[in-house]
Amino acid sequence: MLAKRVIPCLDVRDGRVVKGTKFANIRDVADPVELGKKYSEQGADELVFYDITASFEKRGIFLDVVERVSEEVHIPFTVGGGIRSVEDFRQVLKAGADKVSVNSAAVADPSIIDQAAKRFGNQCVVLSIDAKQVDGEWFVFVKGGRENTGRRLFEWAREGEERGAGEVVLNVMDTDGVKQGYECRVMAELSEMLNIPVVASGGAGQSEHFLEVLTEGKADAALAASVFHFGEINLPDLKQYLYDHELPIRLG
Amino acid sequence: MIAIIDYGAGNLKNVKHALSTLKIDARITANPSDLKESSGIVLPGVGAFGEAMNRLEKAGFVNEIKSQAERGQPLLGICLGMQLLFDRSFEYGEHQGLGLIKGDIVRFQDDVKVPHMGWNQLKLNGAKKDFAINSQVGDQDYVYFVHSYFARPKHREDILHETEYGMTFTSAVQRDNVMGMQYHPEKSARVGMQILKNFGELVT
Repeated sequence: MLAKRVIPCLDVRDGRVVKGTKFANIRDVADPVELGKKYSEQGADELVFYDITASFEKRGIFLDVVERVSEEVHIPFTVGGGIRSVEDFRQVLKAGADKVSVNSAAVADPSIIDQAAKRFGNQCVVLSIDAKQVDGEWFVFVKGGRENTGRRLFEWAREGEERGAGEVVLNVMDTDGVKQGYECRVMAELSEMLNIPVVASGGAGQSEHFLEVLTEGKADAALAASVFHFGEINLPDLKQYLYDHELPIRLG
Repeated sequence: MIAIIDYGAGNLKNVKHALSTLKIDARITANPSDLKESSGIVLPGVGAFGEAMNRLEKAGFVNEIKSQAERGQPLLGICLGMQLLFDRSFEYGEHQGLGLIKGDIVRFQDDVKVPHMGWNQLKLNGAKKDFAINSQVGDQDYVYFVHSYFARPKHREDILHETEYGMTFTSAVQRDNVMGMQYHPEKSARVGMQILKNFGELVT
């Protein structure tokens, strides 16, 4: 049976993992490759490396990280952040990424989805969406949640699927960083509407939240960052917990 | 030495990296005549079937792969590379494959999410449980999949592994020295590395 996936997300700036970690037993907790390996050994089903480097000149450092991850980590990983063009897709895929997530560039020019899917296959095109609720309706936001694009979440997600995205990551801005749980209702609605996998993001604080979003939220995968980095949730414990609650889960 | 065929389709480096981690000697090659000297062949690939066959043909690989497979050289197709081993595919039209395994490639129905993406379980063909390629691989083991089409082998004895996704489909095939895996062993952590190690041991 297809397993539900748990995906740690690592923010990378200038080649280093940004958020602090509490791992005592790895050499360099700020090295994305070391941390990625650690998560992989602990049973992460996939990894996401998100480039938050501000300057374009330092892109090479990030591509280097991608290359080293692909050499040393033998599970799938997605790369996001700073993807503006089909050429950017090509570069990170060439460096060894399995999937590429695109967010605001797709909002600005949706045809990037078609082009990337046609050229590299839809399995590697991930449409990442930041969404917020305004007067009871879900809208797509950009610029870290500051700008409402006016696009409706469900319409945009469906358009993304039709254009060739192979997966959607829905990051709910209202719950992101609050650690009070994922927004299960919108996840369930989106997951039922689309015929591609949906990854839930934003809101993980404890193991119960993962269980909720993977069951009533109907998400295919759950993504989280700080709860893993700060050691608030231990990956093997989380996966055992989900397994004990009868979810299809891959254990070590 | 294992030759990893480079025909311009998709990411070959991950297969190479996985084999390097296992200390298995492998080389990426775009030159068909290299297959005469290799002791094993990996045919990787992502993307569309028809285009991949065209590229293989153009690069001069089609006949060389067939003749090396017939000579008994171990051949492993991965993902699209597995599908290419079959007679034909119905992905965007109808395309002829290498014909090393009898059967067709067809699409999943829409009662499941497509692509079939993520970790899913293996069920070993009981008759092949003790084959070297299955060493330390067991029923219920998880491997990583990303695909929208799957293989329907004509002969049940060609099935190596099966997987459930809305139905039971063939997730790996084996006929003598020709093997194919729909999943990505190079991305499947311990289980995948074990399978690649097993293949590496068949090759020496």
